[in-house]
Parts: sequence; structure tokens; C-alpha cells
Amino acid sequence: MSLTAPLVLGIESSCDETGVGIVRGTELLVNAVASSMEEHVRFGGVIPEIASRAHLDAFVPTLSAALKDAGVTLDEIDAIAVTSGPGLSGALMVGVSAAKALALATGKPLYAINHLVAHVGVGILDGGKLPENLGALLVSGGHTEILQVNSLTDDVRLLGATIDDAAGEAYDKVARLLGLGYPGGPVIDRIAKDGDPKAIRFPRGLTLPKFIGTAEEPGKHRHDFSFSGLKTAVARCVEQYQKRGEEVPVADIAAGFQEAVVDVITSKAVRACQEHGLTNLMLGGGVAANSRLRELLAARCASAGITLRVPPRNLCTDNGAMVAALGAQLVAGGIAPTGLGFSTDSGQPVSLVSLVA
Amino acid sequence: MLLLAIDTSANASAALLRAEGTAIEVLGSFTSTESNDHSEVLAPAIESLLATAGSVVPAAIAVGVGPGPFTGLRVGLATARTLGFVWGAPVHGVMSLDAIALDAAAQQPAGDFTVAIDARRKELYWARYDKAGVLLDGPHVTVAEELPAGPVYGAGAGLYADRLAAVGAKAEEGFESSHPGAVSLGTRALRSLAAGDPLLGTEPLYLRESDAKVPAVMKGKLL
Repeated sequence: MSLTAPLVLGIESSCDETGVGIVRGTELLVNAVASSMEEHVRFGGVIPEIASRAHLDAFVPTLSAALKDAGVTLDEIDAIAVTSGPGLSGALMVGVSAAKALALATGKPLYAINHLVAHVGVGILDGGKLPENLGALLVSGGHTEILQVNSLTDDVRLLGATIDDAAGEAYDKVARLLGLGYPGGPVIDRIAKDGDPKAIRFPRGLTLPKFIGTAEEPGKHRHDFSFSGLKTAVARCVEQYQKRGEEVPVADIAAGFQEAVVDVITSKAVRACQEHGLTNLMLGGGVAANSRLRELLAARCASAGITLRVPPRNLCTDNGAMVAALGAQLVAGGIAPTGLGFSTDSGQPVSLVSLVA
Repeated sequence: MLLLAIDTSANASAALLRAEGTAIEVLGSFTSTESNDHSEVLAPAIESLLATAGSVVPAAIAVGVGPGPFTGLRVGLATARTLGFVWGAPVHGVMSLDAIALDAAAQQPAGDFTVAIDARRKELYWARYDKAGVLLDGPHVTVAEELPAGPVYGAGAGLYADRLAAVGAKAEEGFESSHPGAVSLGTRALRSLAAGDPLLGTEPLYLRESDAKVPAVMKGKLL
């Protein structure tokens, strides 16, 4: 096995994407993804049972396609990595069961890895080695977190996280309220461009002094997020227009909502970086595709002297390549594989980059 | 022929069987004592079954396709399909209740009988067999009262013995806690293969849709 550039196959099934990626060290060979997103559209959100059923049907075809596209055989693979959490339990179990079967049938070492850290690790495939003093901002339908990445393979700390809904979930719920369909992120981003972000001011969650405190005496939620109150504020706002029999100003609401989300995410991420000496920030997760988030984050990072790194869109959303990328780093770092006996952990903390056998 | 059998419709189970002519030998088997550890224990169990047999690659795989609780069921199916892909071995589906029917038929029942296991939510998964263990009807998922009269084998019978008795169905002694198991499932698959009888594909028999309801706001109502 090459320790510097191991050939690693990564498997991802924590939400609605079935991903199989293959990397050689820091080089991406293939990133095959099957999504069940279409099947969730009529519900306005991911239905775990539907996602789990789709994973079962998509796994072997996705694996087969990935191997074919990369032009590698299972014999050549040095190690296998799979997301063990955090994520939807039933969905994780499909990928983990398949990964264990793959490992046992091939005799290859298996790493059970952290989905959130993999979102950071994917940066290696786009621009190589990660910088020192690195922070990460992960924003998706299931996650909103700020991480401090001291060492990708064994020292990642959670600085802040949402205490209720994820940002992407808030987008989906607001899109539902406004009758805009699913997923909510792209459509709200688009419609917001026609609205006035200052027309309606929506609340910024967890920004009151009692939650924030000061740098010296941080409040309980200094770097945390909350989006459920914002979603309710949008609902009440829509209600008021309807009660008065007025037309709902959909574009202004979308713009105001998006500004509230993006404002609080970017200001908190930049502050967390500044207070922890992080001069580099990696953005990840599906909401990384949001134009206003990218714009405001880039501006605020630039003002604060933080270098922002945003991987290409297909590496920001859930995929198997990120799992493989982190797996390759674990192999290269001499971390012991997990083996076959582990359990999925729907709440796996970022401190557990990979599970210990 | 060496066959790996897997069933996760109830507790996780796996077995390695060898068929020579009509003789079937069980080389090893595993059944979990827990009902919620499929994804943890199944792969290590298969690994050790294969190791005891000298790490030869099975020529075929038989997997229980349910009915059974969804999450556990998928663990067996994902495992079987992936092993089949790597080994280039055919993966045959067997309806999981058939495993209990095989054992029930060995008791030489007088006539047709029913096999039933717990489907949770106060319902049973069940199917009807003739006295030789050939499937007549099912599988179904219903409340106990909808089972036909006559003998009922399997853990579902033990669970609702009184309610079954009220409709003339009788829980058979010795089977009140029987779950589908890989040894019987694999035996059934080997007999079918030897007889040239068709087996199933590996599509899971969920019998129920996901519970998700389309929210009112998605049907055009704003709030």
C-alpha cells in the first residue's frame, strides 16, 4: 500500500445522496453520486425511510459505475472509508452495511469516518494540503457548524452549531410557506435577487448580548445558531399579509429571510475565526452554493484578513469523494482502521474523526 | 455447492451451508441475541463463518427479502447484494417466512398452516402454506384477527395467541418464539436450486409504504 498516495474508496449515505468516490492520495479519480432528491420533492423535505430505500437500490449500481469510470479494480484499492455519522440512522446503516460487506469480501481495511470532517477533508482534492490555522463553516440541509481544524486526522473541535434547525432546513421550510417548492435554497436565492433585502427585517437568531457575551466572557451561544424562530417570524409575516387580504410580497420576504440567515452565519463565522486565531476558512455543505452567502462571506472574510476557500459545488454537497479524501489522509497519517464491528452514530461528534476499533 | 445464507427480517442471522447432491450440511451458523444490532454484528459474523470454513468464496448467496422491520431488513440486503457483486456470485431472494414454514412442515402438520411474525404496530406479517410447506398465499400484513383459522407457527402466533384463538387460529407449541433463521432459509434455497425451482430477486418485501404524509402547505395551502 502506498502510504503517501493510497487508493481509497469512500462511501456516503448519511442523507439523500448515495455517493461512491475514489481518490489516490489528494487526487480525485471519480465522484459518483445518486440522489433521491426527486422523491422528496412532494414532501418538501427529506423523508428518512424513502432515502433509506433509495440507498439500498442505488448502492451497487453507483459502486459499479465508480469503479468503471475510475478504471480501477477492487483488488487495487488500498482502503475503504464510510460515513458512520452524523446523519440519518436508517440511511447511514445502508452505506455502512454495504461498506462492511465490501471490506470483508475484499479483505481491505475499513475506516468509519465523520461526515462533517469529511466536508473539510474534501478541500484537499481542490488545492492540495490544507493550511494551518484553519476553520470550517459547514452549511447544509442537515448541518450548520463552525469547526476549528487543528489536525484533519485527529484534532477537530466544534466551535458553534445550530441549536435547532439547520440553515438549509430553514430555507426548505420558508420555501414551503411561500409555495416555492423543494429544495428551498436555489429558488429562494433566485427570487431574492428581485426583492429588497431591507424591506422586511427578520430576526437574527442568538445575537442578543445575553447569548453572545464578550470575547473575554463568552455567552452560552456566542458561536451558535438558531433558525427556528426566523422560520416562525416568516410564517407570521405571511399570515399578516393574508389576513389583510394583501398580496404576499414573496420576493421581499425571500430577500429579507436570506439576508437574516446569511448575515448571522457570516458574522458569527468570522468572529469565531478571529477569536480562535483562524486565518483560513473553508466553506462546505449544500448551502455553499448560495450566491448571497458566498458574496457576503467573501467580503467579510476579506475585511477580517481571513483567506476563504470554497471547493467546487459538486464537492460541497454530500458525496463519496470527500469520504475517500479523508480516508486517504487517515491512511497516510498512520491511523488504525476501524474494522467491522462498529455501530453507526447519528450524532457522531467532530472530535471522533474516525471510530476506534 | 457452498452457499452463504443471510436473514435480517428479525434478529440478524447468517449460515454457511454445503450441498452435495441432495445432502445439505450446515458448516456454521450465527443468530444474534438482540433484535437491534444487525449492522454491528452481521459482517463480523459472516467473516468468522467464512474463516472457519477455510476462507473459500461461496458460490451463491441466499438472502431473506422479508417481510420484516425495514431498517434491519436493509442491512441483510445491502450486505448480500454487495458480497454478490464482489464475489461475482448470484444472490437469490427467499421470502423470510418460508424459513419458518420449512421447520413447520417438518412437524408434519395435518393440513394447510399459517406462518406469522411480529410486524409491530399491533400487526402481523403472515403467509399461508400447504402441509408440505409450499406457499399458498401471502405475505400479508394485517391485525391478528384477519388470519385464517387453523395452526399458526412463528413468533407472531406467540405474541397474539389469545386474539388468534378468538378467530379459530391456534398458536403451535414450540414455535411461539420462532423467527426466520438463515439455516432454514439457506436449506430452502438449496432445495429450490437443486429442484430447479425459481427463487426470488432481492427486492425487499416492505408491504408498507413510508409513513410520510404530504404536508398541507405542499398541496397549495399557504398556512
